[in-house]
Amino acid sequence: MPGYFEAVPGGGAAVALDPVETSILRSLAVQLLEMIGPGDEPVEGEDPLAALFAEGPSEAPADPALARLFPEAYVDPRSEPDAELLAASAEFRRFTENDLRTRKREDALSVVRSLDALAPAAAGAGPGLVLKLDADASRRWLGTLNDLRLTIASRLEITDEDGSDELYSLPDDDPRKPMVMAYLWLGGLQETLVDTLLP
Amino acid sequence: MGSVSVAPVEIERPESAEETSVVPEPDTPWVTLVHNDPVNLMSYVSYVFQTYFGYSKEKANKLMLDVHHKGRAVVSAGSREEMERDVQAMHGYGLWATLSQDRT
Repeated sequence: MPGYFEAVPGGGAAVALDPVETSILRSLAVQLLEMIGPGDEPVEGEDPLAALFAEGPSEAPADPALARLFPEAYVDPRSEPDAELLAASAEFRRFTENDLRTRKREDALSVVRSLDALAPAAAGAGPGLVLKLDADASRRWLGTLNDLRLTIASRLEITDEDGSDELYSLPDDDPRKPMVMAYLWLGGLQETLVDTLLP
Repeated sequence: MGSVSVAPVEIERPESAEETSVVPEPDTPWVTLVHNDPVNLMSYVSYVFQTYFGYSKEKANKLMLDVHHKGRAVVSAGSREEMERDVQAMHGYGLWATLSQDRT
């Protein structure tokens, strides 16, 4: 099945991608990297030890997509948080968000690298390329595909399961159409990649 | 200094200590809650529960369906530190998780 992941005998997953799909995936992963940003790590050339002791932010990101990727740990959406819970959330964020950003960034970087490694290996093999992932790469891809879908859903304001029906039947000239198509395609990629990882 | 005047003070102390300890009970378990969202795939949520918590496919699917139909599910319970670890891991997977003190 083209465009979707299949399990590889002996472990791992593979997907056939054409050059357009490869370039869309790469562009989305790069945009995700730009959005996640460098975090609060010290600039290159500064004391590397300082990074070990650097504290992260205590406030939730203003961007709704980032706020979804880095949620408040102590704030139950069903109830109004009191000052104590907000303080606990801020403290949690200070000690975890940098690590979380680093991990998401590394996953997205590894996705970009695996896409960049595609072209030379398959030179002369026709327009279709086959991306092969081992177990670790599959895990990183899964995380990045999920982060991308969360981000696009936030941009498209997909907030509940019923309200998204309208998005799936947009006219071709709607400016949201390409993003919706990408969202659905990424969902197919993620779903089939999960299938290869579950027994 | 007579011993009579000292006695009432000693009796009062344990009483007040007992009163304050009623409110924050350090042993009260904490729970990790995963909340429903329209984006995360059902198969992915089940995969996360199996992979991170080591739950069986049956248990992971049941929890995933609870999240989907009831809006949330308790996926783990333990000390506050353990639940912070679980919540951080869930955020790493992109699931919407919070921790709270189990008052049930």
